[in-house]
Amino acid sequence: MGLTAESSGFNVLNKSFNIESKNNKPVIALAGNPNTGKSTVFNGLTGLKQHTGNWPGKTVTQAQGLFIHNNQEFILVDLPGTYSLLSNSTEEMIARDFICFAQPNTTIVVTDASNLERNLNLVLQVMELTDKVILCLNLMDEAKRKNININIEKLQKELRIPIIPTIARDNKGLHKLKETTYKICNNLIKVKPTKIEYSEKVESAVAKIVPILKANIGQISNKVNLRWLALRLIEGDKTILQAIEKYFFNNDLSIDQIPEGEVQTNGVNY
Amino acid sequence: MLLTNLPQKSNGKITGLTAKGKQRRRLLDLGLIPGTTVVAKRKSPSGDPIAYLIRGTVLALRKEETDLVKVSL
Repeated sequence: MGLTAESSGFNVLNKSFNIESKNNKPVIALAGNPNTGKSTVFNGLTGLKQHTGNWPGKTVTQAQGLFIHNNQEFILVDLPGTYSLLSNSTEEMIARDFICFAQPNTTIVVTDASNLERNLNLVLQVMELTDKVILCLNLMDEAKRKNININIEKLQKELRIPIIPTIARDNKGLHKLKETTYKICNNLIKVKPTKIEYSEKVESAVAKIVPILKANIGQISNKVNLRWLALRLIEGDKTILQAIEKYFFNNDLSIDQIPEGEVQTNGVNY
Repeated sequence: MLLTNLPQKSNGKITGLTAKGKQRRRLLDLGLIPGTTVVAKRKSPSGDPIAYLIRGTVLALRKEETDLVKVSL
């Protein structure tokens, strides 16, 4: 595996997210919009090997389960259904924090193939946050019924992430989904998603912020995506500073205790 | 014109958002992006909220939200 407890955000996992990964089992996050059949995918992958609880300190249900592929056990964590990782509802913050700070070994984004366009917003946001992304095109039968044809090859070229069509209700495509997850977790395929470039102003601000972040939190976590953090700071998102305090420094601060950002958002329309 | 004033059953195209901060983010996340086609589907009895068809999904939006969305017919 080549993963150590430290490198997989092991401590954070257990403490902040109620996930116990014994013997370094890979942790897989399941993200997706509401009504995409995410729970059906979750049930199809884990069967009866699942249990539900709450996210620590939140009244949001957390489901986690196990699945086995090629004799390897995987922990699958069902994230709340969200349209975004950035609008800051409780559910969105849970999903965001899990992908950012718990560092799952792979994140599967379940989408509604019959309504793909509005689903891609979340896919792009996840791609920005982590490289290890799989796009699961669920409800392919619905899409077919609506005469929607998806050019998977072309989409794959655009996004540069593995795309797996599924009909989770009929158990179709789930084997391939597991196989692809297995390959990513064991470094048999390297995913390098298409990078989203911003205007020169934003990019130059990112280039200034990243080294500062590196100097301040680089030694604590070499895995957190600093470019992504920088973009959040440019947006003036105080909840991300709150999350950094919580997960890296164990300080539970209220949002009023977070200082107003020093980031000048010159020219950024926000 | 504002999305609020889009006549019932007619199509409009979003030309821009005047919303700021979190609200802007939320509207964009729900698919209200410049260039998107919207159809005013039906009004609630009081005229607020109004249901719109946006990218294959019907969303109920309040006047306070639709006042921040600019559309052209």
